[in-house]
Amino acid sequence: MTEVKETPLKKVLIIVAKANIEDVYAGLIMANGAVMEGIEAKLFFTFFGLDAITKKYMNKLHTSTVGNPGMRMPGGLPFPTLLGAIPGVEAGVSAMMKKQMDELDVPPVDEFLDMITAGGGEIYACKMAADMFKLTKDDLSDHVEAIITVGDLYAMSGGEGTQIIFT
Amino acid sequence: MAEKNLAGKTVEVTEEGYLVNTGDWSKEIAAEMAKEDGIELTDKHYEVLDYLRKEQAAGATLTIRKVGKSGITDIKGLYQLFPGGPLKLSSKYAGIPKPASCV
Repeated sequence: MTEVKETPLKKVLIIVAKANIEDVYAGLIMANGAVMEGIEAKLFFTFFGLDAITKKYMNKLHTSTVGNPGMRMPGGLPFPTLLGAIPGVEAGVSAMMKKQMDELDVPPVDEFLDMITAGGGEIYACKMAADMFKLTKDDLSDHVEAIITVGDLYAMSGGEGTQIIFT
Repeated sequence: MAEKNLAGKTVEVTEEGYLVNTGDWSKEIAAEMAKEDGIELTDKHYEVLDYLRKEQAAGATLTIRKVGKSGITDIKGLYQLFPGGPLKLSSKYAGIPKPASCV
């Protein structure tokens, strides 16, 4: 018989590459959940995910009302894609989502970064994406530890019980 | 469910060590639970525990954000008081059920 050895999770690196509310919050909630469990967490934002740590955009994230099959009208009827394309609809739906999250004590992005870093979590930006979008450290939230390369990211990923999660 | 002797009293606890009956709680039980995890409870710790017990009794869903806004301590302080489990450990020592929220 082989002996089963449990290796508890010790460290997670979470990569966020999209700017939708749901993609960003999935990463934030997982990172915050990790530090609350005593698991070391590092968040790495790349491509459009950089919006979530860019001062100018971080608290203005949207969800997509076009081409999103999970979107439904209140009551459960399908949400027509063409309706989602009307100006203002996406902003309204996004505001509603944020309100619902606030009721569950899920904070705005900047406050969420406060919570994660208060627990020892670390926030990083991807160098290539930052270069591409012409962003410097000054454009990014003060919670951002550094702008790093993918090599730096892998260098942080060592150790037993480490997982990399791409949301 | 299991029985455990804490501070000279036999109480029912869950597999993870949370009190089954909130009413069994006492400051001494809290201190002994914390000691098992290597934490010495101070007045600040008890303030947090009292707050959690009060909120839980009122039916609130507990989150670290709420505790951070309670005025007792901020979130960083909460992590320092209960290392590795700001909400899980504090809930355990407060004698209330394991937190069921994701934040």
